[in-house]
Amino acid sequence: MSVDTGSVPERFEAALADLDVTVTYTDPAGFDRTLERIAREPAVGTSLPFSSVSLPDWVNGEPTPRSLDSAVTGITAASIGIADYGSVVLPATPAGAEQVSLFPDLHVAVLREADIVANMPTAIARLGPELRDGGSAIIATGPSATADMGSLVRGAHGPKDVHVVVLEPSGERDE
Amino acid sequence: MSETDRRAKADRIRRLLETEGDAVEANTLGFNQGRYDSVADLEDYEALKDEARAIKEDAIERLPELIDRVTETVEENGGTVYLADDAADANRYIREVAADREAERLVKSKSMTSEELEINEALERDGVDVVETDLGEWVLQVAAESPSHIVAPAIHKSREEIADLFNERFDPDEPLETAAELTQFARERLGELIADADVGMTGANFITADSGTIALVTSEGNARKSAVVPDTHVAVAGVEKIVPAVEDLAPFIELIGRSGTGQDITSYVSLLTPPVESPVVDFDDPDVAFADRDDDREFHLVLIDNGRMAMREDDQLRETLYCIRCSACANSCANFQSVGGHAFGGETYTGGIATGWEAGVHGQESAAEFNDLCTGCTRCVNACPVNIDIPWLNTVVRDRINRDGDESRFEFVYEELVPDDEPGGVDLQKRLFGNYETLAKLGSATAPVSNWLASLGPARTLLERVAGIDSRRPLPEFERETLRDWYDNRGSRTESADADREVVLYPDTYTNYVDVDRGKAAVRVLEALDVHVRIPDVGESGRAPLSQGMIATAEEQASRVYDALAEHVDADRDVVVIEPSDLAMFRREYEKLLPAGPFERLRDDSYEILEYVYGVLANECDAAGLRSGTDGPPIAYHSHCQQRTLELDRYTRAVFEDLGYDVVESDVECCGMAGSFGYKREYYELSMDVGDRLAEQFTEPETRDRLVVASGTSCEDQLGDLLDREAVHPIQVLDPRARFV
Ligand code: SF4
Repeated sequence: MSVDTGSVPERFEAALADLDVTVTYTDPAGFDRTLERIAREPAVGTSLPFSSVSLPDWVNGEPTPRSLDSAVTGITAASIGIADYGSVVLPATPAGAEQVSLFPDLHVAVLREADIVANMPTAIARLGPELRDGGSAIIATGPSATADMGSLVRGAHGPKDVHVVVLEPSGERDE
Repeated sequence: MSETDRRAKADRIRRLLETEGDAVEANTLGFNQGRYDSVADLEDYEALKDEARAIKEDAIERLPELIDRVTETVEENGGTVYLADDAADANRYIREVAADREAERLVKSKSMTSEELEINEALERDGVDVVETDLGEWVLQVAAESPSHIVAPAIHKSREEIADLFNERFDPDEPLETAAELTQFARERLGELIADADVGMTGANFITADSGTIALVTSEGNARKSAVVPDTHVAVAGVEKIVPAVEDLAPFIELIGRSGTGQDITSYVSLLTPPVESPVVDFDDPDVAFADRDDDREFHLVLIDNGRMAMREDDQLRETLYCIRCSACANSCANFQSVGGHAFGGETYTGGIATGWEAGVHGQESAAEFNDLCTGCTRCVNACPVNIDIPWLNTVVRDRINRDGDESRFEFVYEELVPDDEPGGVDLQKRLFGNYETLAKLGSATAPVSNWLASLGPARTLLERVAGIDSRRPLPEFERETLRDWYDNRGSRTESADADREVVLYPDTYTNYVDVDRGKAAVRVLEALDVHVRIPDVGESGRAPLSQGMIATAEEQASRVYDALAEHVDADRDVVVIEPSDLAMFRREYEKLLPAGPFERLRDDSYEILEYVYGVLANECDAAGLRSGTDGPPIAYHSHCQQRTLELDRYTRAVFEDLGYDVVESDVECCGMAGSFGYKREYYELSMDVGDRLAEQFTEPETRDRLVVASGTSCEDQLGDLLDREAVHPIQVLDPRARFV
């Protein structure tokens, strides 16, 4: 949390840079092309709860244990971004968003710009009702990591790389 | 402790210093530095800690109600809650769950609570294959060793050792070498084991009563896999892990990683509300889309009492339940940095707070094993995110252990010598150090004969054998003329009537009988600042008995000190203290030993000597009478642990700076001497090992020719022993009559 100046999205971006996580801004029109550039195939994903975009055809949108196991990229939605930490909140879903965000080497988190909040208390306050409603979510900050083997290594049991795609609004805001 | 026990203990510590010390030191120092860096970025660190503390206090207060609440919410969600009385009860329940599922394999993510249960052994006896999936825990499982740290369990093993272990055990095609290779190998192997596990077990860092959510603070991703890949999830947690609501998690999420490994936040904070909606990952049915599955997940929350409800009723041990097991107290502890949790720990828990946990869940004997490794230096106090006074807890347990001793064993030896209020069973070594004032009085009255006697070989051998005082450690030499005698004869050089200020200088035992010079320097400096000085007839602060766990004696001495100082405080005289550990008594520990009124008055009117000098100088007093940096030598300065905990070190720094001194300051946590600790036979080598970190800083090219300056008695002694250069107190540097270079 070395950044405390700038707008909320700017701080989010700077915090992600500190984590070595790349962030790409795009709008609905450029979304497919952006994903194509970032994701490596084979890719699996779970459907995005945003009306303005959906997963392109080349992403397996109905993952199974087998496709999950062989996928290189997993694409899921993030419901909140936390500027102070560069964290993304990943809701777990019956379609397997939790697994898709965890098994492949590269995780691409898709987040709406409007969902970036300044700090942890705000994010937790938003999560309260969802968890009380039975929901589960992961606050993920950068790739998985361990220092147990003598020095810091990424990709301990989870992704080695994380890429955040921030979806900017364009005329047709979803809601 | 007998001589044989002492020798055995010393041997064991020496072995750990040799085999595990280096890896533990490198890792804990890294974590600790990370903590400093990371909390410095927090806007309101103190407020966040207060908030975290308040949540825990409230939660433990309302614990029975919260247990009921969480039981309701989890059951409404479709899970089961089992409240286990003790380890055996919990294990029986978990074994039943495994048997019902006909489980062949259980994968487990790291959990100290499950270590407390020794659940692995229990399940393995039933033929269940238990696999630790946290990389550090797995290394230990493969090596058949126990954790040495509550957060980083394999902290004591180097990469080379892990590589050797894996290469020997698994015989891979290509020998594994780098951390990346080892991690990748473990990931693949564990990935396969997780894939066909029948049950996943996790702990819980927090449980929210309002939603039934399990919060898991991790970085590897194995906890997530263990919880969601198999269809059955068992979470084990002590009852103290419950907080009222989801919103209460916020301060802990911001504090826990920073406090422990120094990360701003761990990679994952999982907030799982089980049974989770995530589909089961069934590799026996690899082509069924997740979305098409309709899983019937099973979730069991096993809440464990195992002594905790009794701790809640115990006014002292209750604090332990606020602990969030972040490990900051271990990482900031100089002794822990040297030996790690295999020496500084009990059956399960390690580090500063381990005494509280072990006494509470495994009983006092388990805490007795390592409790003395807490020297009361207080470096952990400000590090704890829930403001637990960890050294005080350790003192309380030490006192209880003392009282468990054999009442009649030592009584006869020295009824006369030891005017304390302790039962006869207290260990001889402890009683000797706890009654240091009496010894000092006697030693001074009979000096130089006493010094000569004490320096003789036979006397040292006897002291070592009977009282465990290491013969390699030079003993303090008592002065025939005490500071008070000197001052009474000399009289004041400033007239009370004309002086701008009037103080009472507290004659601590060491200054009064041993290091009289620093007392004289203090008087001269104060007088040069036009302060009228009085040195009252007042006894030891109680620090010596307190550090041996002799609380009743400390209490008695505290009231005597207060009685002697009260008239001065009433007359608006400031109390000035040279020895930081005595000032810490007045400002911290007296809260536990005196009634509130006296404690507050003494706390508010007492000052550390350099703090006082700083205050006088800040009031535009003329510093011309003090020796300035232009005449003074360049300095290598080591502040004192308790002084730093009270954040008083800045005054010494500021005074040196204002007077133009060239100062290099040490940044090590502790000198290792810590009062009587460095004298003890069983800890001498550990004390020197800790001291070596400081010695290294003061033998570098930049520091090796500087005058060594230290604020505490113990630090001065230790530096003297380590460096063969005499160390002096900062006040002696400022003394207009100072004689050293
Ligand atoms: S006592 Fe405090 S510092 Fe130590 S582990 Fe517990 S919470 Fe952390």
